[in-house]
Amino acid sequence: MITSSSIASWLRKAAAEVASHRDELTALDAAIGDADHGINLQRGFAAVLGRMEAGNPAEKTPAALSKEAGMVLVASVGGASGPLYGTFFLRFGGALGDQRELDAATLAAAFRAGLEGIRQRGKAELGEKTMIDAWQPAVEALESAVAAGKPLEVAMWAAAAAAQAGAEATTPMVARKGRASYMGERSRGHQDPGATSTALLVKAAAEAFSERE
Amino acid sequence: MKKLINDPGAVVRDALGGLAIAHPSFLHVSQEPAFVTRCDSPVAGKVALVSGGGSGHEPLHVGFVGSGMLDAACPGEVFTSPTPDQILAATHAVHGGAGVLYIVKNYTGDVLNFEMAQEMASAEGIEVESVLVNDDVAVKDSTYTAGRRGVAGTVFVEKIAGARAEAGGSLAVVKAVAEKVVANVRSMGMALTSCSVPAAGQPTFSLGDGEMEVGIGIHGEPGRERVPLRSATEIVDILAEPVIADLGLWPGEEVAALVNGMGGTPLLELYVVAGALGRLLAERNLKAPFILVGNFVTSLEMAGCSISILRLDEELKELLLAPATTLAWPSWVSASREAT
Repeated sequence: MITSSSIASWLRKAAAEVASHRDELTALDAAIGDADHGINLQRGFAAVLGRMEAGNPAEKTPAALSKEAGMVLVASVGGASGPLYGTFFLRFGGALGDQRELDAATLAAAFRAGLEGIRQRGKAELGEKTMIDAWQPAVEALESAVAAGKPLEVAMWAAAAAAQAGAEATTPMVARKGRASYMGERSRGHQDPGATSTALLVKAAAEAFSERE
Repeated sequence: MKKLINDPGAVVRDALGGLAIAHPSFLHVSQEPAFVTRCDSPVAGKVALVSGGGSGHEPLHVGFVGSGMLDAACPGEVFTSPTPDQILAATHAVHGGAGVLYIVKNYTGDVLNFEMAQEMASAEGIEVESVLVNDDVAVKDSTYTAGRRGVAGTVFVEKIAGARAEAGGSLAVVKAVAEKVVANVRSMGMALTSCSVPAAGQPTFSLGDGEMEVGIGIHGEPGRERVPLRSATEIVDILAEPVIADLGLWPGEEVAALVNGMGGTPLLELYVVAGALGRLLAERNLKAPFILVGNFVTSLEMAGCSISILRLDEELKELLLAPATTLAWPSWVSASREAT
């Protein structure tokens, strides 16, 4: 079962992933954006951990922990990724109610709510070289694995693989949203930094939700 | 990377601290969250103007806080938009009961963060409108991009909307004149060298000795093309022609022009550019009562410049020439009122 401890573990792993890929994310952003994605996300997730570890995460509901992370990301990341990732965690938490133990169907619904929040805020669709290109296949893979009755960890790893494949598939795309869209054809040949960080977050979730307590 | 800093992660914080110490009786500086206001805020009954954006473009926006221009500026991290909590706190600090206008440069991050702040302020019953500045002709405005970027023309929007608000215009009136400026200002820039974001520690891009990037953005984003370096006069042609064409200016029209330094170009060179621009405008029979020359909207230490042209009518000219007292708006503009 997924509990507040699992959510806390996800956030810690996400922070570690972002920190260890900071320079890679920033380099991807330098190629087609403004060279700050890794720096901003590292600062944001460090702030999320700072807030979370100041209290006792296990005492909070998964919804409260997720919403707190969303608020901190909105207030500390800046750029487009702050509102987008912040909105993901706010909507993700909003879909969890006050449950303390989450089953696979609830988690899949929460990931879907997060994806729809990002779509509304950023107004991007699949194929525009944005984080949607990683989030959407990840959520669809998660939903179909859960619908097929697969165990949660299997479903989460399917989502992580789909996010990674989705991120890699942004390389030949021409950006139509965000700063990279200004480059037009010149944005081809570079993997999207937002889709790349999304793949890291979904992988962190797969690792955290596969842990045995 | 060599910079006059203490800690790459604390550059914005340290600079805001310096701003507070340098101008204690002129500006009010908040650190948590980061925003800067006029020291007489809120001005009762006046529409408040709030702008902001990533740091690294100084004097934009903080240098244009003061009477006759902005009520508040929200500096984000370097080249990173401010966050909604900052913008909301600044909104509270300057709201004088007549509503608040957000002046937002058209970048996805800035748009999303100001949108969230506007939703929060509206939920509290504060009347907020926003205007998007998108003056950069280097970027095609199409459904396939995020739209044209906001660059140096932002200064004209802040000046003219600020003068309108200072003169007692309602929120709708101030917003309308800001949109009129947006509709009538265009810019294009070029770079000779890159800039280095302090936290990144290395140049954002690299340009060969004999190369320049035409259509550069103010964050070191690539523009239209990378071409061999030309003379200042040829560069003025390359920058100004698309601006004039996009505005659809006719001979005999009156304009205000801005030769803006990107941060690392000496004034000596900017005046060489201004001379070439003045001659080009005269050849086109475009009347420019003056040219603003200097660093207004920079890109850290990037060398290069941009040219902005604003089509004037009586209303815009009057508001442009109205007095404003800020760190960076030149006082000679209103002093030259009689002469023009």
